[in-house]
Amino acid sequence: MSSTSRTFKLRVWRQNGPNDKGHFEDYVAKDMTPDMSFLEMLDVVNEDLIHQGKDPITFEHDCREGICGSCGFMVNGLAHGPDPGATICQVHMRHFADGATIVMEPFRAKAFPVVKDLMVDRSAFDHIISAGGYISVKTGAATEANIIPIPKEDADQAFDSAACIGCGACVAQCKNASAALFTGAKITHLTLTPQGQVERGERALAMTIKADEEGFGSCSNEGECEAVCPKEISIRNIAFMNKEVAKAVLQK
Amino acid sequence: MSDDKSTFSVGEPIVNSAVPDGGIQDKWEQHKFDMKLVNPANRRKMKVICVGTGLAGASAAASLGELGYHVQNFCYQDSPRRAHSIAAQGGINAAKNYSNDGDSIYRLFYDTVKGGDYRSREANVYRLAQVANNIIDQCVAQGVPFAREYSGLLDNRSFGGAQVSRTFYARGQTGQQLLLGAYQALMRQVEAGTVEMFTRREMLDVVVVDGVARGITVRNLLTGEIEKYSADAVILASGGYGNVYYLSTNAKNSNVTAAWRAHKRGAYFANPCYTQIHPTCIPVSGDHQSKLTLMSESLRNDGRVWVPLRADDNRPPNQIPHEERDYYLERRYPAFGNLVPRDVASRAAKAVCDEGRGVGATKLAVYLDFADAIKRLGKDTIAARYGNLFDMYARITDENPYETPMRIFPAVHYTMGGLWVDYHLMSNVPGLFVLGEANFSDHGANRLGASALMQGLADGYFVAPYTVSNYLAQSKLTPIGTDGPEFDESVKTVQDRISQLLNVKGKRTAMEFHRALGHIMWENVGMGRTAESLKRALEEIPRLREEFWQDVLIPGEANNLNQNLEYAGRVADFLEFAELLALDALHREESCGGHFREEYQTPDGEAARDDEHFSYVAAWEFQPDSSPVLHQEKLEFDYVKPTQRSYK
Repeated sequence: MSSTSRTFKLRVWRQNGPNDKGHFEDYVAKDMTPDMSFLEMLDVVNEDLIHQGKDPITFEHDCREGICGSCGFMVNGLAHGPDPGATICQVHMRHFADGATIVMEPFRAKAFPVVKDLMVDRSAFDHIISAGGYISVKTGAATEANIIPIPKEDADQAFDSAACIGCGACVAQCKNASAALFTGAKITHLTLTPQGQVERGERALAMTIKADEEGFGSCSNEGECEAVCPKEISIRNIAFMNKEVAKAVLQK
Repeated sequence: MSDDKSTFSVGEPIVNSAVPDGGIQDKWEQHKFDMKLVNPANRRKMKVICVGTGLAGASAAASLGELGYHVQNFCYQDSPRRAHSIAAQGGINAAKNYSNDGDSIYRLFYDTVKGGDYRSREANVYRLAQVANNIIDQCVAQGVPFAREYSGLLDNRSFGGAQVSRTFYARGQTGQQLLLGAYQALMRQVEAGTVEMFTRREMLDVVVVDGVARGITVRNLLTGEIEKYSADAVILASGGYGNVYYLSTNAKNSNVTAAWRAHKRGAYFANPCYTQIHPTCIPVSGDHQSKLTLMSESLRNDGRVWVPLRADDNRPPNQIPHEERDYYLERRYPAFGNLVPRDVASRAAKAVCDEGRGVGATKLAVYLDFADAIKRLGKDTIAARYGNLFDMYARITDENPYETPMRIFPAVHYTMGGLWVDYHLMSNVPGLFVLGEANFSDHGANRLGASALMQGLADGYFVAPYTVSNYLAQSKLTPIGTDGPEFDESVKTVQDRISQLLNVKGKRTAMEFHRALGHIMWENVGMGRTAESLKRALEEIPRLREEFWQDVLIPGEANNLNQNLEYAGRVADFLEFAELLALDALHREESCGGHFREEYQTPDGEAARDDEHFSYVAAWEFQPDSSPVLHQEKLEFDYVKPTQRSYK
């Protein structure tokens, strides 16, 4: 592990609230080490700002191990930065050369209004789930777990879709700000389990209509969502969703 | 503040834990019938507040909403799906006996009581083991994609502290999948209108009216506004307090504030000194470190733990010949080898590092070596078993664990202590229920792997809906709003504290104080504790707290989004709570589970319990102007007879 210190030039989007116009501000991050995480680098910058009596940079984070989905912003134009298959909290400074310029912007989408600086409001995702992203089983109403065998392949595939952490990177990278990957992943996960069959049509319609209402755009199959997804969720989930929606419409 | 915090007084013992009569197998079933019910038409008129949306909170809020109560659910995150249960890796236990290897509810109960080093309440643990099977059924029905065999049936794996395979899992992301199941059930109730969701709210006080919990005060983290909510019952499911050590595997924002504020309003805090230090975490790399990452316990199935035989051996691991290595777990515990329980493995790692035999730049790490396993099984097999963990390790350390042994070190992971609750999971404050990691109830002095998820969901899906209903059916509460003097007083208390924090205008940040507190706790109240180290902590903590209130520097204002103000409030509470933790550790003059007092060990270095004097739950009562009062709940073991744990 190298401990050579590095210096970075940061250009950070500062916006004091949803109604503020916002602007870039420049900072210099000195004496950083390659084994620091990106957010630890920001911690140091923020501690410095506090000591100087300035407003620290607001960004969201919690678990810092890539699973809670709290963190996320654009780094040099890429959601979650340069390390594929990772959230920004899992990216380390060894991916940035000494002297590099690092541009940070919030996830931008009509449906994700900026709260402050790099923090956005992603509650639209919750609304998509509450529209139908579940199996309607009451507590206590379940049958014995092993009554319905599920082919291992289906279970594994359902897991791949269910691995979504709801961070919003897919929306931020998409030029249409579409939530198709997020919505498609949940529809695929639930439809691939036998328990999710009963409500499949209704669910697909309710969730996709909700995504439209929340202001997310349409999918034009660029695949940028898949490329930046920290959980590497496949664009095939979108195809699956489209088929489910089409079937549901035809059956209506 | 009291004069001498290393003292305490002993109050009345706790004699009523509401444990029903009858044989242990029948207690819960009989009690479910005996408990009172609320008519469906009346449920709509009753309001329940639930704080937290982890496994316990989300499952309780969803289940109570389904029953028809008016539920208000609060979390500090932007979405209920982000609670820290999401990060649990390994699995969830249940005694389905699908492996036909001799498992039973009784055996799960037995293993849990023994694993907890005989410091938990038998009746609660038995009920936990009983409802665990229902949890698996419920989660499968919700669509949780558990691992399956080629037959399509559910797969199980082994975990520490058990001789049977009873752990259900969803790759290394079991917590995530279970939480998403509970979250989706919760969102379904939000859509149905039975649950109102309040995100980005931090609970800062419990409102007690006529001795009964009737509401909470929260800070709206976006606007800074202090809001008050009233209810007929209040549920806290706010998680554990591992971040009192600053560095832990907990999420950065996990905190003790909700539990601590409830404690200051009268709820007893039980066994705070029972903290779990997990042996296999990625070591600290430098001063900037903000959190620690767990490497799953499962790695110890194939990895061999070692350090150089002699101190200050700086050769790279592959240049140290076999005969100059000390495989100390295999040497000290030939029967269990690298698979000794968490508490034992952690202490052994500390011991070799204390001898100067630690490895890596900081000398605070030991090797976890897969070279022999790769030679025996091939790289592909190892990659299939642990590939995602190896990738995670490589991402963080920039080292290839297929070629160089992993460096690991113990880290704070889970806290068994929490607010005291009776069999109904109700604290000593009527109407205040505490679920999940926030309560003290089921794990005694040490939690077994894959049991935290089990407890969170048991409490929320299958216990609280019954016991909260029973409480509501019996307590003749008068309807109240939030206009009463108790609510005003609570709001004022909260506001005053925030102003006080912002008015210090000192020179050191909340993070600097938090790091300093973590250092005191880890050095003195960590893996090995002595009367001397604990007394030192009890001197240093109040001093640091005083400095905090004279010198903390918080930017910004109270009336808008201010992450540093939130953080400073949590650190302020940790600075108070830490003292109780150290005091509890000092008063417990024995070693048990995660609480290891170096003075109390067997000749071969194992934890020595003192059942004669310490077979009790230590429930602490807060006193504003004097030292805390200890209430003891004696533990009776009618079924599992306490013995010395041995892994040799």
